[in-house]
Amino acid sequence: MKKWNEYLWIFSAVYMVSGFFNILFAWIGLICFITPLLLSIIGKGKIYCNSYCGRGKLFELLGGRLKLSSNRNIPAFIRSKWFRYGFLAFFMTMFTVMIFSTYLVFSGTDNMKEVVTLLWAIKLPWNWTNTSIVSPWIAQFAFGFYSIMLTSTILGLITMFFFKPRSWCVYCPMGTMTQAISILKFGKKAK
Amino acid sequence: MKKASVNQRECVACGVCEKNCPRQAITIFHGIYADVNEDLCIGCKRCQKTCPASVIQVVLKEAAS
Ligand code: SF4
Ligand code: SF4
Ligand code: SF4
Repeated sequence: MKKWNEYLWIFSAVYMVSGFFNILFAWIGLICFITPLLLSIIGKGKIYCNSYCGRGKLFELLGGRLKLSSNRNIPAFIRSKWFRYGFLAFFMTMFTVMIFSTYLVFSGTDNMKEVVTLLWAIKLPWNWTNTSIVSPWIAQFAFGFYSIMLTSTILGLITMFFFKPRSWCVYCPMGTMTQAISILKFGKKAK
Repeated sequence: MKKASVNQRECVACGVCEKNCPRQAITIFHGIYADVNEDLCIGCKRCQKTCPASVIQVVLKEAAS
């Protein structure tokens, strides 16, 4: 009998699709940001990654069971500290930029931009749902956050395809952060 | 006998090995690295094959048990 958490990939898959129907669903993704951090802050280590991350399970399913992964070994530099923390820093910079543009819309300095950007450059051609029911900054955050979620999913799928199913987890910023928090909490890595 | 050995310095604590081990020989130590219980490990290499960071080797251990 499969445990309930084995089905969490459905959550991730539905989430990724839902944004195309209504961008405001992007807000739900904050759960995947806050939960892992809180869990590691209270000392649960990487239990989110180890047991509950829907995205990890989605890659396991696509790359493992559906064999969409070439199962090659990942180049050693990707698991190096430099790359992992470098990618985390890059990611956090992008996140801050996104928060800042949300702030600019909130303060009325900028107008809301209805655009989802892939890999920080490609604008997705899509007729996004009307968001006039909410304040512009709420919509702006949704667009920015969804761009980040979509971009990281695509990076994850690419690495899944070229390497092992969960290769994204080697440099996933959430995974790096939760591990870093755990190291801070429980001391340096042994051995 | 052959046992799994983790390069704990480079382990990302993702938990893939823990999940795939048929003997529950691996635990993730406080979200920091994977720890192998050599008494349980049977050297099947499933962890080595699935570790996304490729930091597990199944190697010969001197009279481990
Ligand atoms: S490393 Fe990232 S994608 Fe992988 S299980 Fe953890 S949070 Fe999910
Ligand atoms: S699968 Fe590899 S990287 Fe992940 S916890 Fe196990 S040894 Fe570490
Ligand atoms: S070699 Fe097999 S039994 Fe030993 S830790 Fe790896 S998966 Fe478990």
